[in-house]
Amino acid sequence: MTNALDTARQTLLAPSGLDESGLERLLGQILTHQVDYADLYFQYSRHESWSLEEGQVKSGSYNVEQGVGVRAVSGEKTGFAYSDEILLPALTDAAVAARAIAQRGTNASVPTGWRSGTGLKLYAPLDPLASLEDAAKVTLLEQVEAEARRADPRVIQVMASLSGVQEVILVARSDGVLAADIRPLVRLNVTVIVEAQGRRETGSHGGGGRVSYQHFLENGLAQQYAREAVRQALVNLDAGEAPAGPMKVVLGPGWPGILLHEAIGHGLEGDFNRKGTSAFSGRVGEQVAARGVTVVDDGTLANRRGSLNVDDEGTPTQKTVLIEDGILKGYMQDTLNARLMGVAPTGNGRRESYSHLPLPRMTNTYMFPGQQDPREIIASVDRGLYAVNFGGGQVDITSGKFVFSASEAYLIENGKVTRPVKGATLIGNGPDVLTRVSMVGNDLALDSGVGTCGKDGQSVPVGVGQPTLLIDELTVGGTQKQ
Amino acid sequence: MTSTPTESAASAGRSNEQLQTLVAEVLAEAKRQGASSAEASVSVSQGLSVSVRLGEVETVEHNRDKGLAVTLFFGHKSGSASTSDLSPTAVRESVRAAATIARYTAADEFSGLADPDQLAREIPDLDLYYPWNPGMERAIELARACEDAARSADARISNSEGGSLSSHEGLQVYGNSHGFLGSVETSRHSVSCAVIGQDDAGMQRDYWYTVARDPTDLEAVEAVGRMAAMRTIRRLDARKLSTRTTPVIYEAPVAASLLSHFVGAIRGTSLYRRASFLLDHLGKPVFAPQVRIHEQPFLRKALGSTPFDNDGVAPANRDIVRDGILQGYVLDTYAARKLGMRSTGNAGGVHNLTIQPGDQDLAGLLRQMHTGLLVTELIGFGVNSVTGDYSRGAAGFWVENGVIQYPVEEITIAGNLQDMFRSLVAVGNDVDMRGNIRTGSILIESMTLAGS
Repeated sequence: MTNALDTARQTLLAPSGLDESGLERLLGQILTHQVDYADLYFQYSRHESWSLEEGQVKSGSYNVEQGVGVRAVSGEKTGFAYSDEILLPALTDAAVAARAIAQRGTNASVPTGWRSGTGLKLYAPLDPLASLEDAAKVTLLEQVEAEARRADPRVIQVMASLSGVQEVILVARSDGVLAADIRPLVRLNVTVIVEAQGRRETGSHGGGGRVSYQHFLENGLAQQYAREAVRQALVNLDAGEAPAGPMKVVLGPGWPGILLHEAIGHGLEGDFNRKGTSAFSGRVGEQVAARGVTVVDDGTLANRRGSLNVDDEGTPTQKTVLIEDGILKGYMQDTLNARLMGVAPTGNGRRESYSHLPLPRMTNTYMFPGQQDPREIIASVDRGLYAVNFGGGQVDITSGKFVFSASEAYLIENGKVTRPVKGATLIGNGPDVLTRVSMVGNDLALDSGVGTCGKDGQSVPVGVGQPTLLIDELTVGGTQKQ
Repeated sequence: MTSTPTESAASAGRSNEQLQTLVAEVLAEAKRQGASSAEASVSVSQGLSVSVRLGEVETVEHNRDKGLAVTLFFGHKSGSASTSDLSPTAVRESVRAAATIARYTAADEFSGLADPDQLAREIPDLDLYYPWNPGMERAIELARACEDAARSADARISNSEGGSLSSHEGLQVYGNSHGFLGSVETSRHSVSCAVIGQDDAGMQRDYWYTVARDPTDLEAVEAVGRMAAMRTIRRLDARKLSTRTTPVIYEAPVAASLLSHFVGAIRGTSLYRRASFLLDHLGKPVFAPQVRIHEQPFLRKALGSTPFDNDGVAPANRDIVRDGILQGYVLDTYAARKLGMRSTGNAGGVHNLTIQPGDQDLAGLLRQMHTGLLVTELIGFGVNSVTGDYSRGAAGFWVENGVIQYPVEEITIAGNLQDMFRSLVAVGNDVDMRGNIRTGSILIESMTLAGS
């Protein structure tokens, strides 16, 4: 952590001659008003992306983003301003704008001496952009395309992209916490289009994490993504109409954990629950899932896309139990909502960038494995849907209704997976869908590192995971009436 | 607390002239670094957003953003870079980064700037810039009045996500080495409200908003609040429906999504990638025969108006669909070249896409449908743009004898977009003008509804 802090000081403060005493003075200026809490969030990020289509890497881009966000909190009120110039006059302007939320007059004390946040060490403070020569990045994408073409002659189009980010952040808080983090993040995506007998279909796969580009070179991972995208597209070429109506649904392991993210995750974020606008509000201690179901949000998994050494408010991340053996245990909190609800922050305060306010957000959300062999789970179903890959999902927090859209699914008939059906949206009610979980597999898997979550117009990287699950009834939104 | 004095977007750091100079400097730097051609875009914007919840101020945000994006071409090889730092050093570094990338990208015969004869010759003033800057106190007052109107509209409004106001203005300058240099000043102001209603069956949430270039064109904040309350209350005690085949009316605010799927399918990128369910449909019927869809880039004060697209190309008033037949695609310079066509001035998207309204209001459409589903909210992303297969979560109302019977939720509606467009029965005259796609409510002949 000391390393991260030194690097952050060098990157974010030194160029403009700022130091900790300058940050103290800035926070002091905010605290001349009646604010309970204030923080400064410095960010410098470098992002690159390379994309391939029609066999060639035709375009690439490089982006630098830097700035500082200044926040003042007074009761439930938040004043916020930011600057893309990390310079004292700009910071002072932002501080004056942010503190205007509160009346003049002090009630908080200026920090005397900083406490360095003791963050975790979940990933190396590396620079992914420098982890591979530019020519090798281009070659990697060309190999992905070659592998997809090699996998099947019906592939008519391959699109692949490689992106990397290095983000350096530093948080200085009015309670004296000073924390920093250096966050690498890489991602490789492949989308293919296949065509046969006039019918066209698409398939996508990808992955990544808080690692270097070497990740994709190990064990032929990049090529594996290409083959997986082709496989999914070919399955869909043969897919028939999806069923319509309520039925048993078996969800595969890993990425289908988007169920948890939508059905319960968002509804358990602290802001909605403080305000009483979530279908889960006031329900801690109640049974919201079948016995045996345990769900956590865990920001502490090494190298995962959703992990953080400290959150964007300088709080170390943790493993937060959301549901334990079917009982609702707690919510995910940032500092503001934790304070207003009288609980401890859980390391879930996240923001898209310095120009956005932190909100309670998920990190990696997953369900613990059970006892069942996944084959037994499928064999137990007379008639149902087996959904193994998904696109996006969405939830109405207040009514609790959520959807997630299958992109690869099959019918189960008489205990056997029979034929593929087209993608369809599944819809359910968050507070009771997990009470219908009747079997939990022993095959917990996390997703490959592609999740992005949107809330209030802010995107942040997240992870999901689950074992194979049987849900006794869920509405499947196909076109074929039963 | 004092309100900030009014400032034009330009003075958020730089004047129009300064930004034009900066673009010229970036292009000169690109030339110095060996680029055969280049384009650059610089933007600055500023604004204020406030939200009030349960009568108390919740957030006050001061926004101030700027950015530079540059693309360099070395023959047919290209690289791009962007930065939020407009200092001379950062600008030089961005140009250098773009040049570095261009060394590794492949030569693409279709890449490059727009054809000089397609660049906008005149930059008409489309009346898009009405800086407001109400100041924090006034903004809070309006947001509070909006939320108050919602909360006092009905005793069943039990909670609130708040009322909010946002006011933004900005300046964008685009230039390229063909000598094109254009700038557009725009403003955008909005007021919105989201409230929660409760009865024995549980909670429901809905919202309403108003948005305009000119603050005097905004709906009264109290009307916005009352509309949010009405829309919330009418959703209480929603039921599930059994699975069935049914006609569906998309209420105007959600009907625009159908047209955005259409635009996605006739975008150049989707076409040359063969990733569209409307490949090779030019000159062929894609909608029911009565349908006309046109583009109006030069409407004064409109949210989708622009004098030139992101390539500097002049857009045009044109029919995209006439008598149900596809008349043209939505193309930027690159995709147009790939397809052997001319740019349609749509780099960055469509401009005030409008589907010709019919002569009935929503009540008339409900009578025409007689029995079926009125959809007022859609959730999820279940649209396959390659096949047109469509399946999304929905909430709305069940209609019998042309009259709304009860609210419904936790259902999906599914079909194939090609079939849905071809069986589009009618468009209402209740046109929602708040977006870049303008449509009334749309009646589709038949879809599969999945429920209990």
